[in-house]
Amino acid sequence: MSVKVRIPTPLQKLTAGEAEVQIEATSIQNLFVALEQKYPGMKERLCDENGKIRRFVNVYVNEEDIRFLQQENSALKAGDDVSIVPAIAGG
Amino acid sequence: MSFVLGLKSKETGREYPKKALYVCEYDFSPLEAFYDYDGIKKVLTREKIEKGPKSIWRYRELLPIDGEPTVGFYTGFTPLVKAHNLARELGVRTVYVKDDSVCHPTFSFKDRVVAVALSKARELGFKTVACASTGNLANSVSAHGANAGFERYIFIPHDLEKAKIMASLVYNPHVVTVNGNYDDVNRLCGEIASKYNWGFVNVNLRPYYSEGSKTFGFEIAEQLGWRAPQHIVAPAASGSLLTKIWKALKEFEQLELLSGPVKTKMHCAQAMGCSPISTAILDNVDFIKPVKPKTIAKSLAIGNPADGYYAKDIVKKSGGSAAMVTDAEIQEGILMLARTEGIFTETAGGVTVASAKKLIESGAIGPDDEVVIAITGNGMKTQDAIQDVVSDVIPIEPTMDSFEKAIQGKPCRV
Ligand SMILES: Cc1ncc(COP(=O)(O)O)c(C=O)c1O
Repeated sequence: MSVKVRIPTPLQKLTAGEAEVQIEATSIQNLFVALEQKYPGMKERLCDENGKIRRFVNVYVNEEDIRFLQQENSALKAGDDVSIVPAIAGG
Repeated sequence: MSFVLGLKSKETGREYPKKALYVCEYDFSPLEAFYDYDGIKKVLTREKIEKGPKSIWRYRELLPIDGEPTVGFYTGFTPLVKAHNLARELGVRTVYVKDDSVCHPTFSFKDRVVAVALSKARELGFKTVACASTGNLANSVSAHGANAGFERYIFIPHDLEKAKIMASLVYNPHVVTVNGNYDDVNRLCGEIASKYNWGFVNVNLRPYYSEGSKTFGFEIAEQLGWRAPQHIVAPAASGSLLTKIWKALKEFEQLELLSGPVKTKMHCAQAMGCSPISTAILDNVDFIKPVKPKTIAKSLAIGNPADGYYAKDIVKKSGGSAAMVTDAEIQEGILMLARTEGIFTETAGGVTVASAKKLIESGAIGPDDEVVIAITGNGMKTQDAIQDVVSDVIPIEPTMDSFEKAIQGKPCRV
């Protein structure tokens, strides 16, 4: 169950410059756990002290914001595309 | 002489250099420019500002560039119109319209933010500039960027108003229409920005771009005779403008340029079909729930507002409120401003006028109060939105008989 995760620039220091990584995961929740295992320090950046995704971090599964899915419980299947994108200003 | 010291995380205060950075590496919160206010206080006076250029650059000390400005010499310093007729119709003592429908060169307040962003882009050495836009920002980057000699990539949702697309194309940038809504465009641009070394005005230049909105607030205070008004009603998409109008008033207060303390109540205006910020304010919740926008106010159609939390907090802190209005109310807002004051605004302005009306009716703005309404864009760009609600033309034959028949029963004041 491998999904493709696009890593935003500020976190690419943790992935040795990789902008895209393959991770085994079945939900957003365990994706974050797996990311942390492979790239220590990642979870602390993406989640607050209570383990909730930080409010300025947007996570998308196949282009859909997980807040329109099941938030951290959103399911993942093999081949899914996950993007982690910081919130950006409007226009 | 530059007074901007660097960038700071809005959440934790962690400091960063004045580069093309936009989020804190640690918590992803937005970065904001910070200044040497003691140094500014020594040189900046009302007299100095009043002698400055009639553009946003009269406030140069409070804008985040290091060298001299290179873009937007005619941008800003738009009229603050005392709107007697509109005040009467709304049932409130005093109304001012801050009229950016006539901002140079592309008729929206976005000309302010882009003037600052592109001046900074030049300092940082970018050759190509880009933006994700709901329309007005696209127009402004296209025009300002043409004059300043940048290669331009403009990303917009595919379903924007024809006139707004035309008002970008004419300046010959690369206009990319994305098959999705603005939030899709924004997400994509976040990813493009991390791969291409371009100056994205609302992504990696955001801390500089957003400071440009302060000039809207500076001008209101200066044009009122160096004081802050009782109420300001401002439209919100990402929430940046509202946040920065407030920051502007507080900076003037801190620099002792105002005749009294800032007691302004900030009010947030949004469309019913896209009101994540107003909803959070009115429901008194801390969470900004993103939405899928569905409204004729396409310039405000941002369902996932990056500065939503800050806009909400400022509205609350200032004692203001929020409103959300239907498409029909937006149309009526446009018509009301046109028929009372002779100002033709776009759908965003319709949202603001209609929201002001609701806030007055609900008592959030009292009948003896003074309110400034932020009109941020021009109606020529969104003519489709009012096609069904304007009156019909009076077709006649080229004869006196036909004319007189046609105007029978119509008012003829002499
Ligand atoms: C005419 C007009 N008014 C207001 C706004 C809202 O600006 P902000 O994203 O800073 O809230 C926009 C943004 O696109 C706009 O085009």
